[in-house]
Amino acid sequence: MGTRFAIPPETDTVSGKARSSASPRIGERSSGLIQQARLSGPMPWVIAIMTALTVIATAAGLSLANLAENARSEIAGGLTVQIVEGAPMERDRQAELAVTLLEERADIARVRRVPDAELHALLAPWLGSEVGSGDDAIPTPALIDVQLVGDVTGASLAELRESLANSVPAARVDAQAGWLGPVFAAISSLQWLAIVLVLLLAATSAAAVWLAARSALGSNRDTIEIVHLLGGNDRQIAGIFQRSIAMDAVIGGGIGLLLGLVAIVLLGRQFARLGSGMVAGGGLGPADWLYLALVPVLAVVLAVLTARVTVLSALRRML
Amino acid sequence: MMSGSDGAIVQFDNVGLRYGADAEVLSDVSFTLFPGSFYFLTGASGAGKTSLLRLLYLAQRPTRGVVRMFGTDTITVPRGHLPGFRRRIGVVFQDFRLVPHLSVSDNVALPLRISGVAEADIRKPVADMLAWVGLDQRAGAFPATLSGGEQQRVAIARAVIARPEVLVADEPTGNVDPDMALKLLRLFEALNRLGTTVVVATHDVHLLQKVPDSLIMRLDRGRLSDPTGALRYPPRRDPAVL
Repeated sequence: MGTRFAIPPETDTVSGKARSSASPRIGERSSGLIQQARLSGPMPWVIAIMTALTVIATAAGLSLANLAENARSEIAGGLTVQIVEGAPMERDRQAELAVTLLEERADIARVRRVPDAELHALLAPWLGSEVGSGDDAIPTPALIDVQLVGDVTGASLAELRESLANSVPAARVDAQAGWLGPVFAAISSLQWLAIVLVLLLAATSAAAVWLAARSALGSNRDTIEIVHLLGGNDRQIAGIFQRSIAMDAVIGGGIGLLLGLVAIVLLGRQFARLGSGMVAGGGLGPADWLYLALVPVLAVVLAVLTARVTVLSALRRML
Repeated sequence: MMSGSDGAIVQFDNVGLRYGADAEVLSDVSFTLFPGSFYFLTGASGAGKTSLLRLLYLAQRPTRGVVRMFGTDTITVPRGHLPGFRRRIGVVFQDFRLVPHLSVSDNVALPLRISGVAEADIRKPVADMLAWVGLDQRAGAFPATLSGGEQQRVAIARAVIARPEVLVADEPTGNVDPDMALKLLRLFEALNRLGTTVVVATHDVHLLQKVPDSLIMRLDRGRLSDPTGALRYPPRRDPAVL
């Protein structure tokens, strides 16, 4: 065999370094200490799916927030004045008077009477093309679109109603936001649903990582015990698992982000084809894309923290 | 407190160990190990040798008694401090306990990596250590491809590479032929001459005669026989002559 009986001199130089009870990283080759399946294993794919779903849910939440915000800002100062008068002449007279009175007010930025032809065209799908003309026509109110300088408040609405009440008795004044109240409530519910979905997905991801860490602990129990008995401390051993899970999470998070973004772009194109002004307000801005890019980063952080807590709590049961 | 224990590296005082509700596997074990000493631990199968060694390399805490290592009571020391003590102890496990998916050189390097030694400072000591145990040609091999004797030498190289203050070896010559057993014993003696306290558990009575200055600890059904008191009150050795 040729065994030589001399202590290698270099071991003297390392012995001093081997006395520390600190917890350095076990080394750049430490990841080989635990056996990993990497892409052939389920973990990166589980994280990829979770990340993709979280990205889509987050995008939906952000899109709904943008939609609601744009719609709100558009109609925040909007009022509609209806002149509900059956006699066409009197309706026109009161409408013209209302426009004149409103234009004189300093708190009103814009007044526009909706032309009868435009109004009839809007109603035609429901009331037919003969609406508003001829002797048998269904009388339709005159509509005046008003934009206040500021937002509509209960006080400003009441004051405006009072100011028109004497001169224009047929006037009915309504805040445009009031019409869309139920829509905003529905959007708000969907936003909360998106938030809850993101939280549930985060919890599911954490649970998946917890299971994976427990499984890895079980299958590497002998190696862990050896490292433990050779002086490896809990933080070092947890660090090995953290780095392994982090690598899985980086791979999975990247794939998940890509899948999520593809889904968002495809959905975005479909919604854009609807040509609806309200839906168009739900587009994502630069900050939104940044938030979406943060999803896999947070997934990695969540996975690493979960792995750390899981491994440390399991190791504390060892001496 | 025992007398004559100043400077002791290991001190057991009335140590007892039981697993669960079973009878004690170690009872009233008391001894003192001084730096640079060489001990054989003998006894029949089931006498408690492995249990005693597990207490020595801090894999287990006793049920009762006092275990002091490097001047510190390891029973009361916080759990987080134990790795620091373990790094001062080299262990050759009876079943080797090599990491199967690491190469021979990575197995040997493990204690250095655990201690935070830089990779650049690891390669040469590992190569020298493998040459020392005659396995320099098998550095890249995996444990499964090694013979029992080769695995044993890897385990020994791993145990001594960080130059432990205490080396604990459980039947380290059990899987090798007599010639190799003697060579491995000489390795332990070489380490012992450099100041490492060596404890070798063996049932090979012929081995005991090969190290003339060694002390013998004999376990019989969990009790340590020490008729002369040499284990409990060993003669002091002058470190200068080590």
